[in-house]
Amino acid sequence: MPEVAVAPHAAAAPEVPPRGGRARRGGRRPPAYLVVPGVLVALAMVLPLGYLVIRAAGAGERALALATEPQTLVIFANTALLAGIVTTASALIAVPLAWLTTRTDLPGRRVWAVLTAVPLVVPTYVGGFAYVAAFGPRGMLADLLAPLGVERLPEIYGLPGAALALTLFSYPYLLLTVRGALLGMDPSLEEASRGLGRSAAATFRTVTLPQLRPAMGAGALLVALYCLSDFGAVSLLRFSSFTRVIYVQYQGAFDRTPAAVLALLLVLFTVALLIVEGRLRGRAGYHRSSAGARRSPQPLALGRWRWPAVAFCALVVLLALVVPLTVLGYWLARGLAAGEPLRLVFTAARNSVLASGLAAAAAVLAALPVAVLSVRHRGRLSSTLERSAYLGYALPGIVVALALVFFGARYGGPLYQTLALLVFAYVVLFLPQAVGAIRASVLQVPPSVEEAARSLGRSGFGTLVAVTAPLVRPGVVAGAALVFLTAMKELPATLLLGPTGYSTLATDVWTATSEAFFARAAAPALLLVALSSIPLAVVYTRTSIAGALR
Amino acid sequence: MSEVPIHVRGVVKSFGETRAVDGVDLDVTRGRIVALLGPSGCGKTTMLRLIAGFEHPDAGEITIDGRIVAGNGRFVAPDRRRIGMVFQDYALFPHLDVAGNVGFGLPRRGRDRAEALDGVLELVGLAGLEHRFPHELSGGQQQRVALARALAPQPAVILLDEPFSNLDAALRAQVRSDVHRILTAADATAVFVTHDQEEALSLADEVAVMHAGRIAQLAAPERLYHEPADRLVAAFVGEAEFWAGDSTGDVVHTELGALALREEARGGVDVLVRPEEIRLTKDARGTAHVVAREFYGHDQVLIVRLEGGRRVRVRLGPVTDLTPGDRCHVTIDGPVRAFPRA
Repeated sequence: MPEVAVAPHAAAAPEVPPRGGRARRGGRRPPAYLVVPGVLVALAMVLPLGYLVIRAAGAGERALALATEPQTLVIFANTALLAGIVTTASALIAVPLAWLTTRTDLPGRRVWAVLTAVPLVVPTYVGGFAYVAAFGPRGMLADLLAPLGVERLPEIYGLPGAALALTLFSYPYLLLTVRGALLGMDPSLEEASRGLGRSAAATFRTVTLPQLRPAMGAGALLVALYCLSDFGAVSLLRFSSFTRVIYVQYQGAFDRTPAAVLALLLVLFTVALLIVEGRLRGRAGYHRSSAGARRSPQPLALGRWRWPAVAFCALVVLLALVVPLTVLGYWLARGLAAGEPLRLVFTAARNSVLASGLAAAAAVLAALPVAVLSVRHRGRLSSTLERSAYLGYALPGIVVALALVFFGARYGGPLYQTLALLVFAYVVLFLPQAVGAIRASVLQVPPSVEEAARSLGRSGFGTLVAVTAPLVRPGVVAGAALVFLTAMKELPATLLLGPTGYSTLATDVWTATSEAFFARAAAPALLLVALSSIPLAVVYTRTSIAGALR
Repeated sequence: MSEVPIHVRGVVKSFGETRAVDGVDLDVTRGRIVALLGPSGCGKTTMLRLIAGFEHPDAGEITIDGRIVAGNGRFVAPDRRRIGMVFQDYALFPHLDVAGNVGFGLPRRGRDRAEALDGVLELVGLAGLEHRFPHELSGGQQQRVALARALAPQPAVILLDEPFSNLDAALRAQVRSDVHRILTAADATAVFVTHDQEEALSLADEVAVMHAGRIAQLAAPERLYHEPADRLVAAFVGEAEFWAGDSTGDVVHTELGALALREEARGGVDVLVRPEEIRLTKDARGTAHVVAREFYGHDQVLIVRLEGGRRVRVRLGPVTDLTPGDRCHVTIDGPVRAFPRA
């Protein structure tokens, strides 16, 4: 596709003669109405990390000493171990599920496809809360078993609990990417393999699986990143990975330098992971070769494996969906019976929706110029801007929160502990999702449509308003929904940056669970799950995930 | 309105190392339809986009309707050039209906708008379809919407980029004559880009054959065919075979025998012979023989092997007494054109 410059200049404006060897077509300077907001967005994105680096560097040699302490190594090992276990376990759950729901005659295939993806709407701290409230001390099971004289249950806290909770609520990321790849894969390749005499199992191993590698890599990266940045599950289940230790340091110690150093180390860890994945992906091929219409392959007959397969799906759904919802229901009922006030929940819900809604709007506004620049004006400037917009992917929520706490306390003055700073943190964290969604939409607008508007007398900006904007609306809606969804669930930044007394659903669940007021946490947790489901439904119907679930 | 709405002088445009347009001069007279014809990569689309203002020339000057729009330190943005463009993929706005698309370049309100809209929809034969959306139209209808949209603001020139390439063959001839009728009725000055010689020859008043960023020849279709400026044009427009020959004034000696020349020449030349200029006479003692036949209905092509082994294509009417295996004599109809030896 030719890249097209939208010449912003007025009729008789004299122009500098173009220099040679620039962008392919009409490589003109991108217009100011895109560059100025784009640069501002990029600067805002860089601010938290930049300030964190300055803050840690300010500690000089002490920072280095802290980074190389044996204690730090233990945290590092803990985090790596957790990410490794969760990613592996997620793959073991997600890949068979994806294959069963796309390629076989699994009874109730469509229902399982939806049910196994739904745990995505359960935030890990809600899931963690559910497991603590079920199997922890003073939990549901303890309640039920106490009359029978059972006094102690196996320990839920620590690595096993954290790994279980994270796996159960993050495997859908892998499931959706692998499912999408399986559905997009040209079925004639598998048919060719069968035609050449390979069995179904051999075909899966030698044809299907190799083609799935890019999708599995991408999905695994999502899960691993999720583990690195997750704060809720590890904190509630008391496992000392980076995020929990950073928070404990920040809360407990007067000296906040260790927290800053740990936060920076966590960022380095994340970046390293991204680089490794980038390298791996560079060598992998695409999973669809022919452009023909998508065709469903003949489903494979499971035979006597039918019911074990159903049992497997049922077990996953039981653990990731039925148990948490049952536990939440149980504690909600107990809370209502005990006269737990619901009014507070509505205040928290309103606060959550307000902050997330503002974040969604701000993120979409910030994403538009970046997305348009990156598609229509490829060049060094726009790719730098785009890359900085994706910085949020590498920044765990606790890191951004901590950086903004430092920054706000120092320079922010009136902004410190306001809703504005919280929304800003959300935008930094979730801008990548908005840019991704909108960019995909801009890519679908043929440049010729914009050129047609230009030839019909509209200015560059006028074209953006009258043609480009309406055409990318699906992407804007999807992007806003994604940001809203993730902001609703966000915990660490909300905890650290929320104005004093500003309780949201997420912070309510957190506070009540940490203090073992399980009944009080149930209502906000359930509401959170319900609210999270709405934007996800929008996304399902509007974007390619819809295809993945068809 | 200027009598020469498009005036291009010495325009150059490079992309990196490639010179896509390498010094083009072009004048388009008012009310004429000009085709830019050439193989892909010859620079014809770039030339069109330079006129439209979607590309900035590295050198040279472009004048539209008497006003310099590029060159001499000026650059007029596409929205201020008074051009109408029909894109290869039509580029209809998918979020607007037919009326919204066609009216896009018109003033937003006022009676003028409604009148102009009705007029142009009537002209292209889309009256009654105002509220359809692009995806609800056939390919031919979409094409006419694109044309109507470009014509509606009454631009100084209409530019069409491969306007028929998205249509299937059965529809193409019909749409082509529709477009010709519409452009003529609107008294539009038009430039269109195509790689299809039949399209260029049948639709344009004048054809500019482009090669390697330059215009090799600009002429009316008949002249282009009968008097190509060079071997390249001859080979690209119509079928052509070249025969080495020695010329002595008005006669040239070739493998096909002594042929009359249109223009005097001396020494080694290449002679252009088109398949329909060859005549065959059935003769059992002839030195050539028919080896294959391609029958097209309205005409046919015989493949004839000459005594020396070279095969030639000969285009004949649908009736002939020759069949593969027959021997025959080969003669050439009329004087031929010679080019300097390549």
